[in-house]
Amino acid sequence: MNGQGIHWTALAVFVFFFALVTIMGFVAARWQRDPDSAPGDHGKHLDEWGLGGRRFGAWITWFLVGGDFYTAYTVIAVPALVYAVGAYGFFALPYTILVYPVVFAIMPRLWQKARAAGHVTAADVVYGRYNSRPLELAVAVTGVVATMPYIALQLVGMEVVIKALGLTGEFPLAAAFVILALYTYSAGLRAPALIAFVKDLMIYIVVLVAVVLVPMKLGGYASVFQTAQADFAAKGGATGLLLKPSQMLPYATLALGSALAAFMYPHTLTGIFAAKSADTIRKNAVFLPAYTVLLGLIALLGYMAHAAKLTVATPNDVVPALFGALFPAWFAGFAFAAIAIGALVPAAVMSIGASNLFTRNFWKAYVNPGISHEGEAKVAKIVSLVVKFGALVFILFIPTQYALDLQLLGGVWILQIFPAVVFGLFWKRFTAGPLLAGWLVGLATGTGLAFADGIKPVHAFVVGGDSYAVYTGLFALLVNIVVVLLAQPFVRGRPAISAT
Amino acid sequence: MRLLLLLPFVGLLWVPFYNRELPALFGFPFFYWYQLAWVFVTALLTWLVYRSEHARNVVEDEEAVR
Repeated sequence: MNGQGIHWTALAVFVFFFALVTIMGFVAARWQRDPDSAPGDHGKHLDEWGLGGRRFGAWITWFLVGGDFYTAYTVIAVPALVYAVGAYGFFALPYTILVYPVVFAIMPRLWQKARAAGHVTAADVVYGRYNSRPLELAVAVTGVVATMPYIALQLVGMEVVIKALGLTGEFPLAAAFVILALYTYSAGLRAPALIAFVKDLMIYIVVLVAVVLVPMKLGGYASVFQTAQADFAAKGGATGLLLKPSQMLPYATLALGSALAAFMYPHTLTGIFAAKSADTIRKNAVFLPAYTVLLGLIALLGYMAHAAKLTVATPNDVVPALFGALFPAWFAGFAFAAIAIGALVPAAVMSIGASNLFTRNFWKAYVNPGISHEGEAKVAKIVSLVVKFGALVFILFIPTQYALDLQLLGGVWILQIFPAVVFGLFWKRFTAGPLLAGWLVGLATGTGLAFADGIKPVHAFVVGGDSYAVYTGLFALLVNIVVVLLAQPFVRGRPAISAT
Repeated sequence: MRLLLLLPFVGLLWVPFYNRELPALFGFPFFYWYQLAWVFVTALLTWLVYRSEHARNVVEDEEAVR
């Protein structure tokens, strides 16, 4: 599969699977439908389009949440980082382990509040709790802004595999995205939920084959680790199979901060709100770690690339290059299709999550408060097209680095809504003003530090001559929470709309 | 029982404890297999908490949705 030109066998396999999920995407509109609804009513309520009717049981939720959490970009970027720096890139593993106890403790409660009051977004829940339009807007805007570059990164993932197939130009990417936009428009959340089954099955096959066969071809895992070790030793710098002492604190804080941020994003929350019961979410917190095993193995592909003696133009090409070099063309095509479809699922859920936010917390709040359920669904469908088109324009006309930078900042920003979204679920004393002040200060702190560092995720604090580097987002969250706690005693809040 | 959910945080955020190569397992340095092992341990701990809370949660869920 090396060399220039189009790889026809791989491309044929790729196109076959892409066509398969496209058909599934359109068929999905009829899937998991409420048997009691009249035939013409379907899709006329935002709950139906934007949350799949809130009837997804444990299995579907598992695939959907896993499918939109572990994205195409993950499959490309995590091995790329591990390939480039070694152990430090592995922070994705503790991150995606720690996220599930957090989900278990917090998300069933959030689901209960949302279900009881018919809330569709986190900002809805916040408005219901604090009766504050500004705080609702803060949560909603942060969600939309943080999600946009995330969608763009899914396109980066897709771009990488399309390039590996030998296709050039921007047309294939645009075509894939138009297809995605159309079936998301017609089927809503049901499309990615159904496609997630295929995506995950394909990714599991690819990864299991890779982690068994690749080390066999490369002389076993011990040899894979040793070659990587030797390469890192030759390369020098902050790379290696183990963390440098200065990397340990960044490693831990990145893992913790990312775990707290993960389920603040609108797309992950959409998966939560679409669950049919709070218990569905608890069960998922138990079983979702199965995905993390997969992620750990995917990360090791970065070391396998060292063992395979690959040379790549950029680390992002590591995974496609590995499959291209070690597998027959048809399997490489299958793997690339798995990754590209792995971009479709989260991109669809992200655009739906962002549309739900826009519709509920901007359009309904400020433009048309009396909007009907059918009107909401219409607005959300149109916004989902705009959001995806925006991401496409972004990736076609603006350097990829900007998307990466914005995604990094997005992580810092989304973490700042944590107190607003979570505190009210457990404690009654908090009110909107202090939470809004904390959000603002946290946002300013995180953004300021990130820019001062040249858009780096980690900031070094010098205390008594020693340097301590921590994840900027987590530090900003700490500042945020301190502001909330300090301001709260001085403020009397307005009562909540919904009981408790 | 909920305190069990804190164990993964201790186990994974105390990085100096596991930032070492030995003992290796199936060719994996300790750093790697230790963290992968926490996937299973965390799932097990979460399941234990799930099981112990189940009866109480069912009641709470019904009240919340009503």
